Parts: sequence; structure tokens; C-alpha cells
Amino acid sequence: MQQPREAGVAAPTASASRVVPLLRASGVTLQYKTPDHLVTATYRVSFDIFPAERFVILGPSGCGKSTVLKAIAGFLKPVEGEILLKNRPVTEPGPDRMMVFQEFDQLLPWKTVKQNVMFPMLENRIGKVEAAARAQDVITKVNLADFVDAYPHMLSGGMKQRCAIARAMAMKPDMLLMDEPYASLDALTRRRMQDELLQLWNDVRFTLVFVTHSIEEAVIIGSRILVLSARPGQVRAELNSPGFAHGERAGSAFQTLVQRIHGMLFGDDRNTD
Amino acid sequence: MSDTAMKLTPFARQEHEYDIHVPATVGDAAQPLAFAERMWNSSTVRRVVILVVLACIWEAYARISNNPLLFPTFTDTVIAWWEGITSGVIPQRLGVTLRMLVMGYSIGLVLAGLFVTLAISTRIGADLLSTLTSMFNPLPAIAMLPLALLWFGLGQPAIVFTIVNSVLWAVALNTQAGCLAVSPTLRMAGQTFGLKGFRYVVKVLMPAAFPAILSGLKIGWAFAWRTLIAAELVFGVSSGRGGLGWFIFENRNLLDTASVFAGLLTVMAVGLFVESLIFRTIEVNTIRRWGMQQA
Repeated sequence: MQQPREAGVAAPTASASRVVPLLRASGVTLQYKTPDHLVTATYRVSFDIFPAERFVILGPSGCGKSTVLKAIAGFLKPVEGEILLKNRPVTEPGPDRMMVFQEFDQLLPWKTVKQNVMFPMLENRIGKVEAAARAQDVITKVNLADFVDAYPHMLSGGMKQRCAIARAMAMKPDMLLMDEPYASLDALTRRRMQDELLQLWNDVRFTLVFVTHSIEEAVIIGSRILVLSARPGQVRAELNSPGFAHGERAGSAFQTLVQRIHGMLFGDDRNTD
Repeated sequence: MSDTAMKLTPFARQEHEYDIHVPATVGDAAQPLAFAERMWNSSTVRRVVILVVLACIWEAYARISNNPLLFPTFTDTVIAWWEGITSGVIPQRLGVTLRMLVMGYSIGLVLAGLFVTLAISTRIGADLLSTLTSMFNPLPAIAMLPLALLWFGLGQPAIVFTIVNSVLWAVALNTQAGCLAVSPTLRMAGQTFGLKGFRYVVKVLMPAAFPAILSGLKIGWAFAWRTLIAAELVFGVSSGRGGLGWFIFENRNLLDTASVFAGLLTVMAVGLFVESLIFRTIEVNTIRRWGMQQA
């Protein structure tokens, strides 16, 4: 395990020592099997996630970042180390960690937008009236109010992702897990969705765990960025991002941070881009 | 070298910006098609036209050949059919046939459900099901009839056994394949909702596999219907109450060819009704509406 090197901006939370982490991963090694190989996805990865953080897991493709998220979600057990959510080990998937996937087919095609959003609530003993009210509320928040009765196949890719986010948010989970949710969207839609997500976070202040391979996206979305090295993924750095408004993304602070992360991932060879 | 001379350079062009017209000033964006065109676009209308043409050809050929024993006219067939219906013979025979069909079909579905449950919950169950389906699926169910007669004697149980055989494997195979084909994302989504076991299967897996399940039901129905009529042709009177197949066979023996045709028409009509009305209605209201199948 690496020793943390203190670097960068101070943590935004005043005294992080007094705040209890919502999730603690310590020395997590993850492996999964393909028909031919036993792949070690991550090697002894440790990090803490605090309430209301926008925690981004960033790394090159194949660094095991999605595997880490799947382990947090409970689909995968660490072969070494442990993942504690509120001091209890994560053993199985559950509605306290709702997940939004990259693929558009995560919505139930036989249910309308509203039914999709209500489904997990109804399955977790939240009353019909309450569920309908919450659903209406989040659907409005993600700008899908005109499409409550539409079936998923009638929606565009961006709308499907919004619906999936609404479905997850309505459950009021301890943390919202997002696995490259915007990777399959076109650049214009992606940018709008990023802004909407930040707006939503600003309103609700949920805890977000967001996986991406895009350095720009990590810097835009994240308040805390976990940089993983290439396979098998190990923690390369944990950085703070001050949060950049739209206009500041061309500015030098933004570019400096992006370049710094770029250097960590690809070495300091600036000629590659 | 004349490289620089060979390379085309785009010439400098003026930039333009335009105002966008409000749709109202452009005129109607959508115009209804002419009545005749809309009619011809309906597959029902086109099919009816084809049926009418076929009936005319039939009538003309039967009149020219003038041999009612081998090939009765369309009108004779319709009359025989009408008489069969009004006298209550055809409805009664149809009732016997349908009762056996419903019995066999439902037993087949229940068994298929049990097999699939076993197959999706255990690996050995999956192996069992695929072995059994690969053994019995290629075997025409009617080939089991002689054995069924031996085991159950002449009568309904033998026919029901044969129908169960024709439904079970087709439905089980399709349902299992459908469940296996459900995308991993949808499965994981279902699990993050905290769904497990039976509720997960019923609320996520089954609906997601519904297109395959429905096509299994359709194939199962088609097998069952054909098997049933064929089985009835072999016997029926000894149980005292023949079905449609026996009606056809009986009238052939009486050389009442028009009634044979009427019986065949009834078989087709039931087939059409179930396939294009019942299954189509289910399809339109489920998988088409959900966009899981293209129109």
C-alpha cells in the first residue's frame, strides 16, 4: 500500500477527522473470472467517501474502476480487504446503493417512465401515494415531466439516462452509484447532463460515486477525484476539485488540474495529446 | 514537383446566418393520405382482397372440373359449413377438440414452468432441460401417439398426453432461452432494487424474457393444434365423442367431400382466430407497445 502524499487543495469539509466516512474501502483487491483468465482488476485500493461528496473514480480503461463500483454496489466480493458502508460490510446489492449504468437498457421496457421510477419504491414498501409524489418530484427535477407516460423505447438516450437517475434518486439512497452514465451520449447532450447532475446535487446534496475515463468529466463532476493507475488498478492519487462553473472550463485553473491528472495517468509526456 | 499546384484549396466563401421560420408560416407539416391509399395500407384490407380472389379461383376451377366428389365448389362448401354449424354438429365437435386442447396446453405450460424454474435456479436443472429439449424437440409429438395409446388406451388421456408433449418442450426451450438472453444490465438493475428469488424472477426476469416466452407460447400452440387434429384423425369414435379431426375423417368415409372441406375450413378458422386475434392482441398490447418487437 502506498503512503498518502499530501498535495493539492485542502479538503472542503472543515475538519474531516470528525466527520464519519459513509463508505470505507480498505486494501480492496478485486478479481473476476473470464472463461480463460483470472483477472486482477484492482490491487489493494483504499479510499473513504464522506456524505454529500461527489466522489469520482477516474482511470484509463481496464483499470478496474467499474469493478470497484460493482464491488461497492455488492455485485462482487473483494478477495482481500473490505468495503464498509456505515461500518457494515457490503455483502449484496441493495436499494441503499442505487446504481445508474452506462447502458440504455437499464430501464424496464414494459414500464412507463413514471412506473419505472416508482417500481423500486413500491418493491421496498414505500406506499403508493408517497411513491407517486416522490416520482413526480424527481421526474420534474430531471426535466422529464412531459414524458411521464412514455415507454423507454420512445425516449432518446439522454432521456433514458435522466429517467434512470430519477429512478435512483427517488429511492433516496445512501449513495448514488454511476457507472460512466454519459459515455454513450453525444458530446452536446453529455455536457447538458453534467450540468443537470450538478444542479441536482446542488438541490438535494446526495452522495455521488461517479466512474469515468474522461479527465475533463472527472474535474467537472467531482469534488474529490480518485485516480487509479492502469491494470491492475492501484490508487495513484486522491485530489480535490474546487468545482468549475461553465465559463471557467476554458480557464487556466481547470486546464492545470486536467494537465496534472493527465501527467499522472500517462506520464509527463505532453506530446501524446 | 507540382505538388502545391495539384492540391485543391477551398476558396473563401461568405458566411450566412438565417432566421428560422415559425412552423405555422411553412404550412401543414403533415397531410392526410387519400382514402384509397390509406385503405390499401391496411394489411387486413389487402388480405381480404387476396381471400376473395382465391375464393373466386376456387369457385371457377370447381365449376369447370365439375366433380363435386373430388373438388366441391366454394358455395357448396360454405353451404355444408353453414349446415354443419346450424345443426350444431361442428360446434359440438369443435367443443370436444378445444376442451382437449385447453387441457393439454395448460398441463404443458405448468410442466414447462416447473422445468424452467428448475433450470434457472440450478445448473444441473439447466443441463437437464437442455438435454431433454434437445431429445424431445426434434421428435414430432404425434410420433408419441402409438405409445400413448398403449399406455392410456383409446381416448382423451392419450391425446392429452400427446398434446402436452408437443407444448412442453417448445415453451420450456423458448422460456429458458429468453431468460438467458436478458441483458446483464437489467439483471443488475433488478438486484439493486433489492429484488431476490421468486420476486426477482416474476417481476424482472419473466417480463424481460416475455418476447421469447410469447414466441414459445405461439410455437407451442401451433404444435398442439396440428398434433391434436392429426391425433383425432387416427381415432375418436371409440371414445364415443369425436372432435374436429374425426368429423373430417367421418365425412370422408361418407364421401361428403363438401363437409370434409367445411371441416378443414373450421380447422383453419380456429387457427387464424387464435394466431391473428388472440396472440396478435397480446403482442400489440405488450411487446409492441413496449418496443421490444418492431411492428
